Amino acid sequence: MIALENVTKRYGGQTVVDDVSITFGGEGVTALIGPNGAGKSTLFGLVGRLLQPDAGRIAVDGMAVATTPSHELARNLAVLRQDNHVAARLTVHDLVEFGRFPHSRGRLTVHDREHIERAIGYLDLDAYRDRFLDELSGGQRQRAFIAMVLAQDTKYVLLDEPLNNLDLRHMTEIMRLIRRMADELGKRVVVVLHDINVAATYADRIVAMRDGVVVADAAAREIMRPDVLAAVYDTPVDVREIDGRPVALYYG
Amino acid sequence: MLTDPVPTESGALPAAGLHRTRLATSWAEPRVRLGVLGATVLVLTAVFLFTAVPGSLSFALGIRSRTVLAMLVVATAVGVSTVVFHTITQNRILTPSIMGFDAFYVLISTVLVFFAGSAGFLGFDQLTLWLVQVGVMVAFSVLLFTWLFGGKRRSIHLMLLVGIVLGTFFRAFTEWMQRMLDPLDFQVLSDAMFASLTRPDETLLLLTSGLVVLGCAVIVPLLRILDVLTLGEPAAVGLGVDHRRVVMVLFLSVSVMIAASTALVGPILFFGLIVANLAYSYAGSFRHAWTLPTAVLIGMVCLLGGQLVLERLLGFGGTLSTVIDFAGGLFFLYLVLRKGAR
Repeated sequence: MIALENVTKRYGGQTVVDDVSITFGGEGVTALIGPNGAGKSTLFGLVGRLLQPDAGRIAVDGMAVATTPSHELARNLAVLRQDNHVAARLTVHDLVEFGRFPHSRGRLTVHDREHIERAIGYLDLDAYRDRFLDELSGGQRQRAFIAMVLAQDTKYVLLDEPLNNLDLRHMTEIMRLIRRMADELGKRVVVVLHDINVAATYADRIVAMRDGVVVADAAAREIMRPDVLAAVYDTPVDVREIDGRPVALYYG
Repeated sequence: MLTDPVPTESGALPAAGLHRTRLATSWAEPRVRLGVLGATVLVLTAVFLFTAVPGSLSFALGIRSRTVLAMLVVATAVGVSTVVFHTITQNRILTPSIMGFDAFYVLISTVLVFFAGSAGFLGFDQLTLWLVQVGVMVAFSVLLFTWLFGGKRRSIHLMLLVGIVLGTFFRAFTEWMQRMLDPLDFQVLSDAMFASLTRPDETLLLLTSGLVVLGCAVIVPLLRILDVLTLGEPAAVGLGVDHRRVVMVLFLSVSVMIAASTALVGPILFFGLIVANLAYSYAGSFRHAWTLPTAVLIGMVCLLGGQLVLERLLGFGGTLSTVIDFAGGLFFLYLVLRKGAR
């Protein structure tokens, strides 16, 4: 499990993550939701050791993030950030190969190549393996990055807004894939999402943040209540049942 | 761009279809590309060394081989450091000169001429001068680096920005001092500030080669980590790269190599921009195991070719760095405009 204990992060005078204690990363998919500036990405940055907390402790399966060697953590925890701009021209295959770096340090074994092939196949990228990343559509590129994370073969997978700028079709495609990764491969996926309906449909557990604090943490269905959602987003939200599924209405 | 067949004359031959495909496939191989480049450098070196010998061959060879070694040292230092710098900063239109390296070198020399006069400047022991220049330049970059990257702040962009500001300050200060120089002193100084590859001092050449070899020895084991750094800091950290330590080591090696080669031949960093960008499109792979040697060899082709044209065709009408700065300027413009068009 990923355990945070009294974690605080400040930027200048502003507290972005405020004394958060939470344990997540159980089996299945956990969605992290909340308005912009709630501290979701910062929390990911802290767990992924991109940022150092000003106070508190973070541990992944008992390994302290602050003191465990980086490559050791990289074998247990994969993090995909929001913006993945690459200056060099890489092919899909090149990118997925990087996922093996924590295991092989760049010298690929037969075992590594199997993982790469499996990840490419799983993300349905066989036809694109030799394409350059800048020749792919947004959805395909996102899949390529997820394939890299999958090739990393970690127990925990953290995805920061993987649905950014994706249309309906690609959005559902990625979410179904995340679901499959959890169900078939036993990955423990934690994903930052903006659309609460997507979160309710695909996640087992939802953690809601606001102003740097965790304000709700429960099974998806329990979060999908007008009062809870209105408090999280500070805006009126209506929840209706459609075909047995709670759907939040917040337009208009 | 990688799979483009090379536009050779063989393609124009009738019934050469199969041959052409094979040629095109092998041309896509980074190995083949690097090999062709290496062969070109060897040919140019041979032409430079053995043709147009005015008198004794052994005498000419002695002087010329020193020039070739100086070129190799400079091409390595500038090519490797620029490519590494691009990877660290995730930006391909920068050169390490943005950190004020060149400007600082000119400032040091100007201060020396200002206080010691041109006679004193020319009378300095070459070795001491080189040591002072290298020492001060490395110290400057280490300071800048530990101040803006080593501490809690650790922002590459902030470091670059401060580098630009300092570079501008150095240039302004240099200009101000140069205005107060005696015209003769100024003449001596401007001559010294044109990069010159011919007739380098033997001891300095060896010392510089040593430092450049040392820099490369540090960088070579990090080649695969450099590849990961092309993904950017967040992804590299996620893949278990100790980003801060690695960037620190790389940056220090880069500064040592640049300082040594600048102190040997003068400011020539602009040249790195051309070489590195040509290398990216030529190498056929993004991997540093290919782009770094490609950059070095392209640097050799430029320096050898430029020197040959200048010396043999134009009859030594100017210094090589003028040609390089002119070509580099045009190329830079092309890069910026092309980036803008995208």
